[in-house]
Order: sequence, then C-alpha cells, then structure tokens
Amino acid sequence: MKNEFKIISNLLPHNSRVLDVGCGDGILIEALIKKNIDARGIELGEDNVKKCILKGLSVIEGNAETELNQFPDKAFDFVVLSQTLQAFYQPENVLEQLLRIGHRVIISIPNFGYWQIRAKLLFFGKMPVTKSLPYSWYDTPNLHMCSIKDFYQFCEKKKIKIDRVIGINSEKTSSIYKINLEMKNLFSEVGIFLIS
Amino acid sequence: MDYKIENTKQLIITKPLKLDCGQTLKDFPIAYETYGELNEKKNNAILIFHALTGDQFVTGGNPITNKEGWWATAVGPGKAVDTNKYFIICANVLGGCMGSFGPKSIDKEKNEPYGLNFPVITIRDMVRAQEALLEYLKIDKLLSVLGGSMGGMQLLQFCALYPEKTFSAIPIASTASHNAQQIALNELSRQAIMSDPLWNKGNYYQDKKVPKNGLAVARMAAHITYMSDKGLQEKFGRKLQEKKDYKFTFDADFQIESYLRHQGKVFVERFDANSYLYISRAMDYFDLSKQFESGLSGAFKKHKTKFLIVSFSSDWLYPTKNSKEIVIALNASGVNVAFAEIKTDKGHDSFLVNEPKFLKTIKGFLDSNFEIFKNEK
Repeated sequence: MKNEFKIISNLLPHNSRVLDVGCGDGILIEALIKKNIDARGIELGEDNVKKCILKGLSVIEGNAETELNQFPDKAFDFVVLSQTLQAFYQPENVLEQLLRIGHRVIISIPNFGYWQIRAKLLFFGKMPVTKSLPYSWYDTPNLHMCSIKDFYQFCEKKKIKIDRVIGINSEKTSSIYKINLEMKNLFSEVGIFLIS
Repeated sequence: MDYKIENTKQLIITKPLKLDCGQTLKDFPIAYETYGELNEKKNNAILIFHALTGDQFVTGGNPITNKEGWWATAVGPGKAVDTNKYFIICANVLGGCMGSFGPKSIDKEKNEPYGLNFPVITIRDMVRAQEALLEYLKIDKLLSVLGGSMGGMQLLQFCALYPEKTFSAIPIASTASHNAQQIALNELSRQAIMSDPLWNKGNYYQDKKVPKNGLAVARMAAHITYMSDKGLQEKFGRKLQEKKDYKFTFDADFQIESYLRHQGKVFVERFDANSYLYISRAMDYFDLSKQFESGLSGAFKKHKTKFLIVSFSSDWLYPTKNSKEIVIALNASGVNVAFAEIKTDKGHDSFLVNEPKFLKTIKGFLDSNFEIFKNEK
C-alpha cells in the first residue's frame, strides 16, 4: 500500500464510518475494513468497481461530481478523496458536498508547487510530467491543478477549518503549518489535508 | 400446460396467510425445488425469486418443458451460484401455474378451477408465502437472496419485511416501484389475453380450449421488451426467414417475426393465461415506497443486509435509473450497498443469458460474503 494510504489510514479511528470517493480498486477500503472501519466507496471506473465487488466491498458505480447528493448530511465520520479533486469540472462544488456528507474530510492533492514541477516549467518551458503527475498536457484528466499553498489559502478563504496538513516527499512525511507552508509547498510531492 | 405434479416438491402451507386484498388463504400449496446440500451450520442457503414467467426449476432439467432450467447459465455445479457449495431454494410464486396455488387450482367447494375467482395477489403476498417455506425448511438466516426483474421486486419486499432473514441480497435489473411504462406494457399483454374469445372471462379450463393466441401475443409483446434495439438488430437485422425475397403476404417473412411467433408458441405450452394476468397485476401494484411513511428509504432503516444492485446498460424495461433509485434509498438509510451497471447489448434478459461480466460479479460478491457470513455465524 502506498505511503499516502498508510497516512490516511492512520488518521482514521477504529469503528468510524468512512466513504472513499474515487476508491479505485479498493486497496484503501480493504485496509480500513481490517481496522474495523465501516468503509465504503464510490468509483467511476467500471472495471475498478467490479474488482471491488469481487472483494466483497460495498462500492457503488457512480460519478462523484454529480452523485454525492444521494448521501444524507453527515452520513459519514470521514470522507476521503485521494488525488482526485483536481480532476473534477467543479471542484468547489464537490468539496462542498464532501463537507456536507462527512463530519470531517481528508483530501490529498498532488502538489503543483513541488520544486521538480516548478523546475520543469522554468527550465524547459514545458508542462511538467513527473512520477506523481505522469500525464501529458493533452491526455491529462487533471483540469484544476493546484499547489499545497493554493489549497491552504482556498480553505482559509472559504472558512474551512484546517485540522491538519501533512506533506509527503517520497517516503518522508512532515506536518505542515502556516509557518513552514512556503518551504513545504516547495518540497512536498503530495499534500494531505484534514479539514472540517 | 399439463404436467405431473409428482415431479416437483410441494408444501401445503397451513398457517393462514392474510392477503393484501383482505382475503385469507390457508392450506394452500407452494411448489418448490432445492439444489445442492444445506450444510450443518445452515449458513449456505440462498433463496432465488423467479421472474414473471419463471418457475421453481432454476437449473438442471425442467420436467415440464424438458428444457434446461431458466437460470442454468448462472446456477449449477461450478457455476457462478455454485450448487456444489450453496443450497439453493426456489419456489413457484403464489398465483403461478407450476404447482403453487394459482387460478388453475381447483376450488374444492365448487369442484372447478378458480379462474377469476382466485383472489388478486400482490408481491408481498408472494413473499409471505415463501417465508412460510423457509420456516418449514428451518432456515433462520439465508446467506443471500437473488432475483431478477419481478424476482428483484420480491427480493426487495422480502428484505423490507424480514431484514434479519438474509445476510446479503442481489436484486438484478429490477425496480422498487412499477412505473407508468412498465404498467402500460403489462396492460398490453393482459389485453392481448383478454381479447382472445377463448379466454371467456378466465373460464376456459373445462373444455381445454385455452386462449393460446392471446397468450402468445402477450408473450411476443413482452419478449420485445426483454431485448435491446441493438441486440435485435445484430441478431436479426432485416434478415429474411428461409427465403430470398418478400412473399407479399403477412406470413413471417422476416426472421424476427418468425422468432417472436416461435417464442409465443412455445410459451403457451407451459404457461397459464390467467396466471399471467394475476402475476403481472401483482407487479403493477408493487410500490415499496408506499408501504413506508418516509418513502423507499424507510424500507431499509437500520438494515444490516449487504446489498449488491446490478443493472444492465441496454435494459430499457427496468433501466439503470430504477436500480439507482434503490441504491440512493439504501445509501440514505446507511445500508451497505455495492452497485454495478453491466455494459451489455443484451437488454433486460442479460441476467438470463451467458454474460461473463455479470456472472463474475455475482460470483465474487457471493463467495466473499460467504466467507464473512461463515465467520459470523
């Protein structure tokens, strides 16, 4: 399991109710169920949904952009969205839905402020292609890229409470606060936000 | 339509059953079949609910039609629903014509078949009768319930009535409420039957002149709704039936015409026209949301059953939209639910034909839930 999922899993307490939005083939859900967490998922990809069902996971096929409204308010203790926010047409609306259906939300974002990405654009003048952002400009599903700093400031502007931010740089993780935001925004590949 | 009753298991239900219409039944027969063996812990039982024109003969040979059981593609030794592993139960619905109490059963007071004197039944009545069968088989909790189309309606009703009686549930290509189009199509079939002069207000059993033509047309109309536009076009297109050119008559020039006529013809050999009327009526009356104050989600409040909802992309009779309504209601009640739409051109009948993606999905779900259920029980 990738480091990001381990961190997310550690953030989630036993016996909580969790919805994994865009759960892929269900690796995180499986790990959470082992922790006695009531974890479910919603996933757009047909094949991924089938993989989840074969494993007996409660995953529904659906588009999070349009179908999160089926869940009642505060239906889950936590809602997880892993590296998907940037792929929505209207990430702001999706975020609103996540905060509506979950008491707390865990969002991870591929950090566009990471130094390698900045360097690629600066030195080569080309859209950056990296390990965590492996797409070319013409086939990327990512419509709304942002940096850790962008998302941090967005939360502040929208009066969304930031409970915790964690930066990941390959295997290393570190806590991010307002005071080290500039630095961590440069050196983190992925940012994980716990918000409410 | 005649068949040997000794070829099927029959249970006489002695517990009075109060029907939705107000009448009470007692000492009536329910015909059923079982496949595989019930294990010692009784945790491998699966109840299958059949569709409008189905019966208890899920797999293996059907002693009436001498064909394979209606769900032999999915159920059998080594199949997706593996009879080497699971104990399968299927009952002919109340109102049916394969040994369960229905309009062609004999009214002992008058010594003649009930015909239209048979009470109008509902999906809930059917389900209550089958619950009595489970009681007789001494099965407290099923591993799963499965049902496609009308079978899915019975399944949802079963889960709503007896939330503790099954660990998991797989409603397939179904709906929680018959909509206007679905009622309209049933009405078309009923009118076809009732406009056959031989139907004679349901009183045709004595002289054996059954309303075959009407019932065949009903079947033809219904059969079209079970297939998709694309599926029909690929299978038949404009191909002609054993001829090179049009005959300029109203005979079956096109293969699709010939196919539908054949479907109608074989159907009347095995099915009772009055049963068709009664069962299709029960489907039309089905609206699970009406039974609960808070609507459909109220049907599943606090349920622990694990659901897998399946729909087919080319099913226009019970489209994905209908299945999603069930998913939404389950999510609103916080019930464990998985949902998959299978992409296929085979229309509503996809669950009956060999559709590998579908079969793999239900197998995976059943097997993984069996593992969980085994540890729980």
